[in-house]
Amino acid sequence: MTDRIELDPDESAYNFAYLDEQTKRMIRRSLLKALSIPGYQVPFGGREMPLAYGWGTGGIQVTASVIGPDDQLKVIDQGADDTTNAVSIRRFFEIVGDIRTTERTADATVIQTRHRIPEAPLKEGQVLVYQVPQPEPLRNLEPRETETRKMHAYSEYGPTQVTLYEDIARFGHIAKTYDYPVIVNGRHLMSPSPIPKFDNPKMQDCPAIQLFGAGREKRIYAIPPYTSVRSLDFDDHPFEVQTWKGCCALCGSTASYLDEVITDDKGSRMFVCSDTDFCKTRQASAPQGSGQRR
Amino acid sequence: MTYVAVKGGEFAIVNSHKLIAEARRGDLKFGELSLGQIREQFGLAVDRVMVEGSVYDPDLASLALKQAQGDALEAIFLLRAYRTTLPRIAISEPLETANISLRRRISAAFKDLPGGQVLGPTYDYTHRLLDFRLAADGDVERQQAEVADVPLDTAMPRVLDILGDEGLIEPELANRNPTEPVFDLTREPTVFPAGRDQRMQNLARGDEGFLLGLAYSTTRGYGGAHPFVGEIRMGEVAVVIVPDELGFAIEIGEITVTECQMINQFRGSETAPPQFTRGYGLSFGECERKTLAMALVDRALRSRELGEPVRYPAQDEEFVLSHSDSIEAVGLVSHYKLPHYVDFQAELQLVRQLRAEYEASQPNEAAE
Repeated sequence: MTDRIELDPDESAYNFAYLDEQTKRMIRRSLLKALSIPGYQVPFGGREMPLAYGWGTGGIQVTASVIGPDDQLKVIDQGADDTTNAVSIRRFFEIVGDIRTTERTADATVIQTRHRIPEAPLKEGQVLVYQVPQPEPLRNLEPRETETRKMHAYSEYGPTQVTLYEDIARFGHIAKTYDYPVIVNGRHLMSPSPIPKFDNPKMQDCPAIQLFGAGREKRIYAIPPYTSVRSLDFDDHPFEVQTWKGCCALCGSTASYLDEVITDDKGSRMFVCSDTDFCKTRQASAPQGSGQRR
Repeated sequence: MTYVAVKGGEFAIVNSHKLIAEARRGDLKFGELSLGQIREQFGLAVDRVMVEGSVYDPDLASLALKQAQGDALEAIFLLRAYRTTLPRIAISEPLETANISLRRRISAAFKDLPGGQVLGPTYDYTHRLLDFRLAADGDVERQQAEVADVPLDTAMPRVLDILGDEGLIEPELANRNPTEPVFDLTREPTVFPAGRDQRMQNLARGDEGFLLGLAYSTTRGYGGAHPFVGEIRMGEVAVVIVPDELGFAIEIGEITVTECQMINQFRGSETAPPQFTRGYGLSFGECERKTLAMALVDRALRSRELGEPVRYPAQDEEFVLSHSDSIEAVGLVSHYKLPHYVDFQAELQLVRQLRAEYEASQPNEAAE
């Protein structure tokens, strides 16, 4: 045994974007497979990451594998650039990759997201990386992986359709509000990750590449650009998205997804855009004094 | 061939004790750990030992951890064994967590709310990169957090009360008669079906890892939970008792607690409208992981009461309550290390006999 505990205080050099190059290559191969079979969950050798599973380890691994020194990274959580987890992940890539970051959707080449798709339309050349807690859309119907894999193989998606029907029988409408299942490219049932169903239509025929990383479950899946993404529904009960009566209290938008902010304990509340960049951009271009509170 | 007696003599036991004392102390080149060092620098370990040991005493928990070489379960065992010798002086009034001196308060359900989000001390947003500066002995730069210009809002309405005002969450009801004494898990035998008081006590003392695994299962297909953290509060709260001889309430001290209120989806039943339901967790000290798990398992255990099918381990009251206590679990599992020569001899004889009978009953293949 040594007299002192010998650890080098300077031993803090990590590879570009944290992951070693072999791991990145393995993940990129999984991504290529995922893009070739849209919506299919590709198992991959997920690594332990320096943040907790469920906090974006899958998204971070995907981002680390596709990002390069010329990229500009945007990270959002619940649509916002300034929420704690988004700030933390953005800082991580600044530290381990010296990567340029941005809050502007239009300027970003890689956007890592949790629970939202930006309101501004995405374009070719952009990559949207989703953090996925639960990639298996059939998990709540069948907890066993051995069974769900067979169900995907046989396109046995009737039970999912039945759960939606049960909602209609009971409530008169479908009661699923987020993580609303979709059929990708007419073949695979896919979890869109827990985005509100409001965002589902943005996945359809999207010019950007959409990559989904589930770190804890060690699965990657993808939607290539311009691919069909259909939300499950019925002819007489077509898919619908959330709407609000009012508009954003800051920018006046009536077309964006709104968050509820409680302003006192007497039931007062206001609604604001969850997409902070979208909201700020609108506020900057709006004439002064039109319903602005900041 | 020599015959080796495997009986543990007195000498062997005494020597074994000396050996663990030696191992506990480690190399004498390093200074002996003080209880103060453990209490101040291993605070989260101390808190876990206090909760599962169910004694609020950071000094005793530090002693237990030191004696147990840092092994949490062994330290919990030491504390439990000590607490059982203590007289029960009084039963406190329910803690009023609305009046908590907050160090941390977050809600995952609303972006902002009166009083605001208070991050407090949390590892949540640290990157788990080893900090090699801590390896340098003693000369780490001391860091101090910035103090805000204005103190925290004293009005910190509970998030669940805000939902309650709108009637969107089930009312908080005690499912027992308030004049009846609270069930005491440490003095009364477990009974099924268990009241929520018994369940909550069991979960509070239950093994963190076990509860965490169960809580995890409920969100991963074996329980169908759709949880939202309504609110987590951590801070100091007063302990109040009403002594019989005084007849009025007096404050006897302050303890640190972590409280977690979980909001869960509920589609309604024959008798209840669609609304959110509650899961609750409370612990001594700073034990956020524990209270989160506790709140999820608490909600799962309410399945029967809410008319949901009981299909998964976390919803099965008998399964959860009978197996969550680490001290009970360690006891039975480790007892297999004790000698079982006599029963094993009996089994050995039986297997030899059955084997002989089996072989005798087989058709003679050599004849073919």
